[in-house]
Amino acid sequence: MEEQIQKTCLHDRHVAQGALMSPFAGFDMPIQYVGITEEHNAVRQHVGVFDVSHMGEVRVKGPDAYKFVSHIFVNDVTGAPDGQIFYGMMCYENGGTVDDLLVYKVNDEEYFLVINASNIDKDVAWIKKNAEGFNVTITDQSPYYAEVAIQGPEAEETVERVLGITVKDIPFYNFKTFPVNGEEIIVSRTGYTGEDGFEVYGSHDYIRNVWDKLMQAGVQACGLGCRDTLRFEVGLPLYGDELSADISPIEASLSMFVKLDKPEFIGKEALAAQKAEGVKRRIVGLELEGNAIPRHGYPVEVNGEAIGEITTGYRSISTGKSVAMAMINKPYDKLGTEVEVRIRKKTFPAKVVKKRFYDKSYKK
Amino acid sequence: MSKVIEGLHYAESHEWVKVDGDIATIGISDYAQHALGNIVYVDMPEVGDEIEAGDVFGAVESVKAASDLICPVSGEVVEINEDLEDTPDAINNDAFENWIMKVKMSNPAEVEALLDAAAYEKLCENE
Repeated sequence: MEEQIQKTCLHDRHVAQGALMSPFAGFDMPIQYVGITEEHNAVRQHVGVFDVSHMGEVRVKGPDAYKFVSHIFVNDVTGAPDGQIFYGMMCYENGGTVDDLLVYKVNDEEYFLVINASNIDKDVAWIKKNAEGFNVTITDQSPYYAEVAIQGPEAEETVERVLGITVKDIPFYNFKTFPVNGEEIIVSRTGYTGEDGFEVYGSHDYIRNVWDKLMQAGVQACGLGCRDTLRFEVGLPLYGDELSADISPIEASLSMFVKLDKPEFIGKEALAAQKAEGVKRRIVGLELEGNAIPRHGYPVEVNGEAIGEITTGYRSISTGKSVAMAMINKPYDKLGTEVEVRIRKKTFPAKVVKKRFYDKSYKK
Repeated sequence: MSKVIEGLHYAESHEWVKVDGDIATIGISDYAQHALGNIVYVDMPEVGDEIEAGDVFGAVESVKAASDLICPVSGEVVEINEDLEDTPDAINNDAFENWIMKVKMSNPAEVEALLDAAAYEKLCENE
C-alpha cells in the first residue's frame, strides 16, 4: 500500500499561489512559485520565505537530557549557554549517518531537535531505542510544529517588521522563544541558504498567519528547488546525497562537527578509527570546464576508470559555473586533481576544488 | 495552454520534426519547454554523427534536471543550432522557432510513424 502523501498547513496557500507541487519526503511540497532562478536570487539579494513545515521536531526532556544528547550527537553541547544551537549528526555504531540535525539547547534538562522530514520515523525510533536507561522523555512534536524559514540579507528587518518581534539581538546559531496569543513560538538565527536568516516554529494557526502576512508584505515565496541550489552553492550537505547510512560525517568532509575528544557517543570508535587511519573516499567539490551540467549519480573518472560519483551538481545560479559535490576515492580527492565527469556519452574535464562555490554571508 | 503547430510531426517524447525533402529539422515542443521551466543548457550532438531513430542525441537541462532528447528519425546530423550554446533559454521564448538540429534522413518513411498536431495535442492533454 502506498502511504498517503502528507500536506503541510500551508499547502492550500501554495496551490492557490500556483506553485509547481511535487512529492518530497512524503509531503506534497512546492518546488517553485515563479522560477528557481528568481527565487534563488531573491534570497541572495533581498529576502525569501520557505515553507519547511515538513521538517521534524523532537523534544528531549528530563534530568538526563544533557547526558543523553551527548550520547546520540557527534557534536559537543557541553558548557553551552541556554539558547545556543548546534549542527551535527547522529551516527550508527559503524559511523554511518542516521541523520544530520540541529540541537537547540533550552537548558541542561531540555533540548529541541530538528531533523530531516525524510527521516522522522527512523530518527524517532532510533532516539527512543537509545534512550533506554536514561531518565528522559522523548516527544515527537512534528505534527504540532509548522515552520517557515525567512532567509536573505533583508531577513532581520523583514521578521521584525512583519512578525512584530525583536530578533536583532539573537546571535547566529541562537534562538529565543516568544509568547504569542497563549503559545510559545521559537525563532532561531539559522537556515540552509548561506545567507543571514531566521527559522520560525509555531502552531499551524500561527505559521499560516505569518505566511499570509509575509505574502501581504511582498516577500518572495520560495520552493524546495532553490532551497537545494542555495544550500549546494555554499557547500551544505543534503541527507541522501552527501550523507547517508553508508556515508559517515568524516567521509562527507564534515569532521569539524565530530568531537572525538568527547568521552563517549554512539559511533565514536568507528569515527575515531576513520579519522586516525584516513578514509578511502570523501566528498569534494568539482568545477567543470564548459557548460555541461553534472547531476547526482554521474560517474567521475580518471583514465576511463570510475573513481567516484556526483552527489549534487548544478550550473551555479550565483556564479554561472558548472560545479558539483562528488564522492571521490583517494588519492584523487586532493585540491587541483584533474578528473573527468561522464555526462551521457561524453566525458568533460573537471578539477577538484573546495566545496564552497559561493561565500556565505552570515551575520555573526 | 501550450502551442501546437499544424504541419509538423511529433514524437511521444515531445520532440517535433519538420520535413523538407530528406532534411528533418528537430526541436522540442512548447509543451516540453513549459514543463521543463528555465532552460540553462542544451547538450547537442556533433555534425556528422550518425543517429538511429530512438537514440538519445542530447539533453535539454533546466536548473533542476536533465531531460534526454530522443531522435525521432534515423540519419546523419548535418547542422546544429549553435545559437543555443549561448542562449539555451531561447527555446523557452519560442520552442518551434529555436530548433536544435537538422538530420539528413536515411529512412524518411519513419516520419509516418510520428503523431500529427491533433494527435499530439490530445497526448499533451492526457499527461
